[in-house]
Amino acid sequence: MISANRRTLLRITSLAAAAAALGSFTSAAEAQEKIRIGYSISKTGPYAGGASITTLPNYELWVKDVNAAGGIKVGDKKLPIEVVEYDDRSSSEEAVKAIERLANQDKVDFILSPWSTGLNLAVGPTLNRLGYPHLAVTSVTDKAPELAKRWSNATFWLGTSAQISEGLAELLGKLKSEGKIGSNIAMVSVADQFGIELSAAGREAFKKAGFTLAYDKTYPMGSQDLQPLLKDAIAANPDAFIAFSYPPDTIALTEQAQLLKFNPKVFYVGVGTAFPLYKGKFAANSDGVMGIGGWNADSAQLKDYLARHKAATGKEPDRWASSITYASLQVLQQAIEKVGKLDRAAVAAEIRSGTFDTVIGKVKLKDGLLQEVWSVGQWQNGEFYALAPTSLPGARAPVVPKPQWQ
Amino acid sequence: MLLLDIVLPGLVLGGMYALIALGLTLQYGVARIMNLSYGESLVAAAFGALSLYTGLGLSPLMALLLAVPGAILINWLLYRFLLERLMRRGKDRGAQEIDSILVTFGVLFVIQGIMLIAFGGQYYSYSYLSVPVVVLGSTLAVNRLVALLFAAEIGIAVYLALTRTRVGTAVRAIAVDANAARLVGIDVAAMSGLTFAFGGGLVAIGGVLISMFLTFNASMGVIFTMKALVVVIMGGVGNVLGALVAGLLLGVVETAVARLVDPGLTLAATYALFLGVLLIRPTGLFGRAAS
Repeated sequence: MISANRRTLLRITSLAAAAAALGSFTSAAEAQEKIRIGYSISKTGPYAGGASITTLPNYELWVKDVNAAGGIKVGDKKLPIEVVEYDDRSSSEEAVKAIERLANQDKVDFILSPWSTGLNLAVGPTLNRLGYPHLAVTSVTDKAPELAKRWSNATFWLGTSAQISEGLAELLGKLKSEGKIGSNIAMVSVADQFGIELSAAGREAFKKAGFTLAYDKTYPMGSQDLQPLLKDAIAANPDAFIAFSYPPDTIALTEQAQLLKFNPKVFYVGVGTAFPLYKGKFAANSDGVMGIGGWNADSAQLKDYLARHKAATGKEPDRWASSITYASLQVLQQAIEKVGKLDRAAVAAEIRSGTFDTVIGKVKLKDGLLQEVWSVGQWQNGEFYALAPTSLPGARAPVVPKPQWQ
Repeated sequence: MLLLDIVLPGLVLGGMYALIALGLTLQYGVARIMNLSYGESLVAAAFGALSLYTGLGLSPLMALLLAVPGAILINWLLYRFLLERLMRRGKDRGAQEIDSILVTFGVLFVIQGIMLIAFGGQYYSYSYLSVPVVVLGSTLAVNRLVALLFAAEIGIAVYLALTRTRVGTAVRAIAVDANAARLVGIDVAAMSGLTFAFGGGLVAIGGVLISMFLTFNASMGVIFTMKALVVVIMGGVGNVLGALVAGLLLGVVETAVARLVDPGLTLAATYALFLGVLLIRPTGLFGRAAS
């Protein structure tokens, strides 16, 4: 009985080995027919909410667009994309393991990045070691310039925390000098890396712009009631309310502010403000609310992108990182086409040095960083227009004071 | 005035915690099933309410009329065809608990997977009864107040049902000693199944009501399971009144800490209170006698 079992086992193992050998042989032969692109993304876990609005739909849209056009041109051949997808379950270890698997077992030609600052920083060293270009789009960190120096394959696309806070401080400073707001700010932030970095940068930038922080508190991630926080913020009687928050908190803070009839001249909330969900839920009450991100909604390319995104995925994109995510993929495609072969090092170098046509306009990175990033946007008549940095072309004038909640 | 402004919103938050925990205390304490898919069931009910509201324009309070019987039926089927065998096979309470943990861990992924396919991973939120009402100088949201009222009513009704009726007595007997209960002619399997199903109905009420004011997505179940566990253990496993009191206490303490100390310390306060209660009364607040 045992020996029979062992024999079967042996037979299965050898069959499997043969199949594996055959498999690797065919995939090597196929390499000329297709470009294999892999990614691991949070389909479950706490990051799934962000990943499934900002990142995944754009990966799918891009693959669809590229394949509909016949593929990516490599040399004189157009190669369609074949996708290998994993779920990192919002865990750094899983994300790193998935990257290793994509590179070593699936032998994909390129790897797209996961969602969130944390996961991008987690997979950074591995992607660098394996020599894959790393488009760290959805990562906001003050370490970006330093990391871009250390990892020659990596590029950062959303600016640094300081850039975002400084953009906000610059806008508020301008409003103060125009006499539209006073100098009192109430700031709340979620107690994780995102909130800590932005509020730290904000504290400095607001002080420099001559503001007083009348209220400045953090709250734990996943808090189910933010009313106590908001009541104390209201008691500070601020001209501007600033929250570096995550989507559920962004929604809760807005809802509670309406309940408490809290109408500061500037109402700014964090991640999630630029989501279609926000506009959908608050409708007319979203008008005048400021938040992270924004886009030049009048641009023809973005209008076209919005329509295609809606048609392909059934929903509107996030007005902050969605279009940048899509643009980064266009950059990858054009870099591959310019290099003319699947040479990862050359493609990574081209991404850093080249100039590209994308949905967000001409992209030319400097030191591995996208420089022209919107830091503040505002809902105006159902569209989330970019306001700051005010010097960027396409910046809109802010509506201040914010209209009363209805 | 500040005191009232802490106690009232605290009770309202606590009402939500109690509401989340009521079903678990029945399922774990009485039916002896450590239901790890608890939070996912709650979120599934929230999605159900959302679909009925956005699809058919049915208010969440009306949705309860559909969701609760539906959930009771689904949970009864789950018990009848999946869990009952385990309960019969398990030699003692420990073995049964471990088996139920393993099975419901699997159920968790099934429910989550279905929700991910149906709704994707993104956030959902809608507004219902999101209007302010001023009670004794404190502004509260009507939807949260409704959740508190439901929690209090259900908690007290279930407590009375458990202590004042024949069925309730049988259920409590099973919770104390299933074998002895069998000896006095109680149909343990049927009773446990009914209790589990009823607990599932309470989960559905919780999910439908919190969907009115919390933003949720398919991956959020674990947060609710954790919170419910803290409340259930703190209140005394299987004690419905205990869950109600523990939930309210937790809400008031969290709100007080947020207002008086620092909002950043609410989570720390939750676990300090949890540990404190367990150190003084290892069986929970209502573990043996009412205090």
